[in-house]
Amino acid sequence: MATTAAKETPIGHGNMKRKEDARFIRGQGKYLDDIVLPGMLHGAVLRSPYAHARIVSIDTSAALAHPKVHRVITAKDLETLGLAWMPTISYDSQAVLAGDKVRFQGQEVAFVIAEDRYSARDALPLIDVEYDPLPAVVNARKALDPDAPLIRDDKPDQTDNLATPLWEAGRAEECEHVFAEADTVVSRDMIYPRCHPAPLETCGMIADMDPETGQLDIYNGNQAPNLHRTVYAQVAGLPEHMIRIMTNDIGGGFGNKVPVYPGYVCTIVGSIVTGKPVKWVEDRSENLMSTGFARDYVMSGRICAKDGKITGVQVDVIADHGAFDSTAQPSKFPAGFFHVFAGSYDLEAAHCSVKAVYTNKAPGGVAYRCSFRVTEAIYLTERLVGELALKMEVDPTELRLRSFIRPEQFPYENKTGWTYDSGEYEKTMREAMRIAGYDELRKEQAERRERGELMGIGVSFFTEVVGAGPKKHMDILGQGMADGCDLRVHASGKAVLSISAQTQGQAHETTFAQIVAEELGISPDDIQVRHGDTDRTPFGLGTYGSRSTPVSGAAAAVAARRVRDKARLIAAGMLETSPEDLVWEKGRWSVRGDPEKNATIDQIAEAAYGDAPLPEGLEGGLDGQSVYDPPNLTYPCGGYICVVDIDPDTAEVKLRRFIAVDDCGVRINPMVVDGQVMGGLAEGVGIALMELISFDEQGNCLNGSLMDYLIPTALECPDWELGATVTPCPHHPIGAKGVGESATNGSPPAIVNAVCDALYQSHGVAHIDMPLTPARVWAAMQGKAEPPQ
Amino acid sequence: MQTPGPIEYERATTVHNAIELLEKYGPETRILAGGHSLLPMMKLRLANPERLIDINELDELSYIREADGEIRIGAMTRHRELLESELLTRHFPIFVDAETVIADPPVRNRGTIGGSLAQADAAEDLSAVCSALKANVVIAGSGGERVVSMEDFHVGPYMTAIQDAEVLTEIRLPVRAGGGSAHEKVERRAGDWAIVAVSAALWMEGGRIADAGVALSAAGPTTVHATRSEGLLRGEDPSEELFAQAGALASEDCSPTADGRGPVDYKRHLAGVLTKRALGRAAERASNRGG
Amino acid sequence: MEVTVTVNGEQVTRDIEPALLLVHFIRDTLGLTGTHWGCDTSNCGACVVLLDGRPVKSCTTLAASCDGHEIRTIESLEVNGRLDPVQQGFHEEHGLQCGFCTPGMIMTARALLDENPDPSEAEIRTAISGSICRCTGYANIVRAVRWAAEHESAESRR
Repeated sequence: MATTAAKETPIGHGNMKRKEDARFIRGQGKYLDDIVLPGMLHGAVLRSPYAHARIVSIDTSAALAHPKVHRVITAKDLETLGLAWMPTISYDSQAVLAGDKVRFQGQEVAFVIAEDRYSARDALPLIDVEYDPLPAVVNARKALDPDAPLIRDDKPDQTDNLATPLWEAGRAEECEHVFAEADTVVSRDMIYPRCHPAPLETCGMIADMDPETGQLDIYNGNQAPNLHRTVYAQVAGLPEHMIRIMTNDIGGGFGNKVPVYPGYVCTIVGSIVTGKPVKWVEDRSENLMSTGFARDYVMSGRICAKDGKITGVQVDVIADHGAFDSTAQPSKFPAGFFHVFAGSYDLEAAHCSVKAVYTNKAPGGVAYRCSFRVTEAIYLTERLVGELALKMEVDPTELRLRSFIRPEQFPYENKTGWTYDSGEYEKTMREAMRIAGYDELRKEQAERRERGELMGIGVSFFTEVVGAGPKKHMDILGQGMADGCDLRVHASGKAVLSISAQTQGQAHETTFAQIVAEELGISPDDIQVRHGDTDRTPFGLGTYGSRSTPVSGAAAAVAARRVRDKARLIAAGMLETSPEDLVWEKGRWSVRGDPEKNATIDQIAEAAYGDAPLPEGLEGGLDGQSVYDPPNLTYPCGGYICVVDIDPDTAEVKLRRFIAVDDCGVRINPMVVDGQVMGGLAEGVGIALMELISFDEQGNCLNGSLMDYLIPTALECPDWELGATVTPCPHHPIGAKGVGESATNGSPPAIVNAVCDALYQSHGVAHIDMPLTPARVWAAMQGKAEPPQ
Repeated sequence: MQTPGPIEYERATTVHNAIELLEKYGPETRILAGGHSLLPMMKLRLANPERLIDINELDELSYIREADGEIRIGAMTRHRELLESELLTRHFPIFVDAETVIADPPVRNRGTIGGSLAQADAAEDLSAVCSALKANVVIAGSGGERVVSMEDFHVGPYMTAIQDAEVLTEIRLPVRAGGGSAHEKVERRAGDWAIVAVSAALWMEGGRIADAGVALSAAGPTTVHATRSEGLLRGEDPSEELFAQAGALASEDCSPTADGRGPVDYKRHLAGVLTKRALGRAAERASNRGG
Repeated sequence: MEVTVTVNGEQVTRDIEPALLLVHFIRDTLGLTGTHWGCDTSNCGACVVLLDGRPVKSCTTLAASCDGHEIRTIESLEVNGRLDPVQQGFHEEHGLQCGFCTPGMIMTARALLDENPDPSEAEIRTAISGSICRCTGYANIVRAVRWAAEHESAESRR
């Protein structure tokens, strides 16, 4: 299928239509559940109905008697293999199948393997588990009460529900001083409630262990295939080079497909013990109730201003990690990148403390496009700024414009240890204001207020930190966060680029081709991007935290430049001149001052494999390889403005307009960038207005289906109004910063700020915790606002 | 995705045949209409019938027609057909209001009015609509047909007057002069169950309210029939104040429970607000028709 | 039990268990994996196919109920190497990212245009309100359907 007419297809960056569309629009994508292997069996997981209970006994006999059931695996079976528990990315341990106790509703208790999916499902109720229920704790603050039930009694030194000790960044003393000197202080407790990435495709795996060769083939849509391979090698004691992970197509990740789940380990064990391929695909309730949730940060923050400028931000956090600490982030950063909460402002002081607790809820926390807790950070700060503006009776854009870090201050070392690369915050903010017609909106708001109408305008401005990261600071499970890239140009002049990034819809097959096209002048249509197969792609840490463009994209550019450098040497030989006498224009090396004498990349490629001798010391072929260790992270930013109208009687919030101006540095494919932004904005609408994973006192999950976990439809989303500014990243080979998570970060506070902006004067509402459902907004309007759950 | 347990399946050829099969196989046999209440419950193992009698082929139950001063709707009429029926819209625009906010278009292509009423979920919109419109339903069994009022039809949560070996076949809406009707719903997101919804119908005579129907969804264990509100409205001149008072009574008389959609005080508040709004629109529609 | 269903224009007969859902009949029995599933409660729309020309959620329909009826799936749209304008529109307007909701969205859009060749933005958003997309934020999907509407009528005008 032709992409676009040749002259419209950019060589390099530009609005190129996607190469990967061809299979998806035909229904020819290959997602996990589409794959069928000969002799394949089906697995299903039996899960705990209780949030906290001792397991008294498990009787699998009735299930085993089902004519189509092959095996039932329990913790006892896994214990003999040393696999009943597995290490997590956060250096905790997590039960693969519960043996002594269940610690959250939905926890894995047994694994059935049967002939087909219906039989596997039918066999689950035949497994008889006797539980002895225990009191549960599902509130992060209450988890630290001295009389709270002890959840992790499996850990010998654990006497309470503290999961990680206190972690701090910034300077507390400096903050005390700055807050004491301030003109205005706003303090606010706020919760970023538990929500869930809920990609449309749930998690699953096919494991196929060949008993003869010991080769383990794994089909699994995960965001970090190389890292997973390393984990399985470590956990199962299998040689890493005998494990092949193939991701094929993934129906959305958003961080949900980063962790290694117990179901995966059971599937692998299932294949090992049956000698057949085993497929396990979770259903939606399993996805919502047991896989990596997001957020659940209980925050106590304050912000201050002096002489009209924001001068300090401080926050203490209790992070609810669930029953096991399986948060995924670079190992030296137990609170992820939360300490970027110091934000886009030239503060005099900032300080945060974060401690994590165990609760009887599913494990996780770092997910849903959070850039390692940056969503929590941005929400905290932008909500505090929003409330500060209301209290100071100053326009929220004005307050921000006065307080921004200025362009000449970059690279900017903030008060919590980050060095921001570049940014022109005022320019980005003003562009958002321009698109929004900000002054007209404020006039309209004034007019509507006179009539008793509740119109709100919310602002948020954020600085993200993505692209993890420099090896010396950042590793996951001891694997440095550098990513590799292999580029091969064939004699035909067409190329194959193998990358370690893992798309779940981010258009890598197109954008990475564009990166190489820009460097080499080969048409992107002639550059095949290969990914998602650990046997055929280089090592790297995968795609999450918006790191694909900053790290893998850089690797691709570097590899392409190495190819270009080698091409220069070959061209010099072909043109009988010295390499220094050649100049590059996209697609060819030509002799300086004599452009007629040139060698195109096609010709050079042919020569690289041909029979004519190459210059002395040069081997044949035209390949480039790189492993990119980023010198720093990247700092995309954005200015968002949102307009809401609130029904004064029913408290329904209607999102009228949403303006988003993003600065992600150089934009490889603006169409793709805009797509990433719009998707993130829709997630922000969901998080701000309707998404919530909540529990009752017994620990029953109340949002375990899409009937109760509400995701926005086309009717809740406005027609997004997007803009862009471009402030290149000074340390990235092509000046790009990455954008995948920006919109999910920036939009929730803009929406909440808009609602508070609508209700502050009329009803005195300065804060409402998300989700802003009609009931919760109404309660706030009555002065009865309460945190969720 | 969750899957249903093993079942037996048979297709009914006529209503009479459906009744025969229900009698033959006993109470572990369920009627399968649109399936959008029953199949999800079966997948979640909340319903475990042994046998399904599929009545989707019974075109004889799919109609909207006028007869004997009534609009009669066959139980197998799909939500979408109710939404698009010019005849129904002309007499009872409340159906357009309600259908626009029931589930979503693909579900409306399959779900039926009979299925919705028989499911008797208190949050279900059409039950309130039919209650406000003073509908009667026809239930067929081996002994013949019986006609039951909406009040008598809804017995309790998920419980109706339909007995074993009986099938709901028709909904009858009396057509009277001077009518106007409206449905108001507040939901957290398109397609969600109502936090609260109100159906209101007014019949005007000489500028006064001759009769009124007010019913609420998701405001009690079953559809709430706001009889005191109706009593207040009868014989009065329509006005905003009157409708607000009717709303206040509905708010007092309903019995919502707290859940993920909202706490009790908010739901009572909505009952009042939406009753007032629905009555206002019903009155406007009645006067537009010359009532 | 045996069912005979016309699938993408071809009559197929298979022996199935009565509990078999239409989505599994399509995917597992017939191997047409373009139709997806994403939830347990009939909310997400990934499974939408056309039953007698109308979009339905195939996860909430028994295969047995489709005996004697007609099903069309995403695989039916491209004919002799020619993409349906709806498919082309999704490509032109970047109406997909991960592609998982795409077949359901495309079939819904196809049915919409069959009935309403010139839908407004509001009508499009309503028509697709039974399908959830986590990736695109919907705006480009609306544009994709508008593209198809414009190019379809242009074609039929020729």
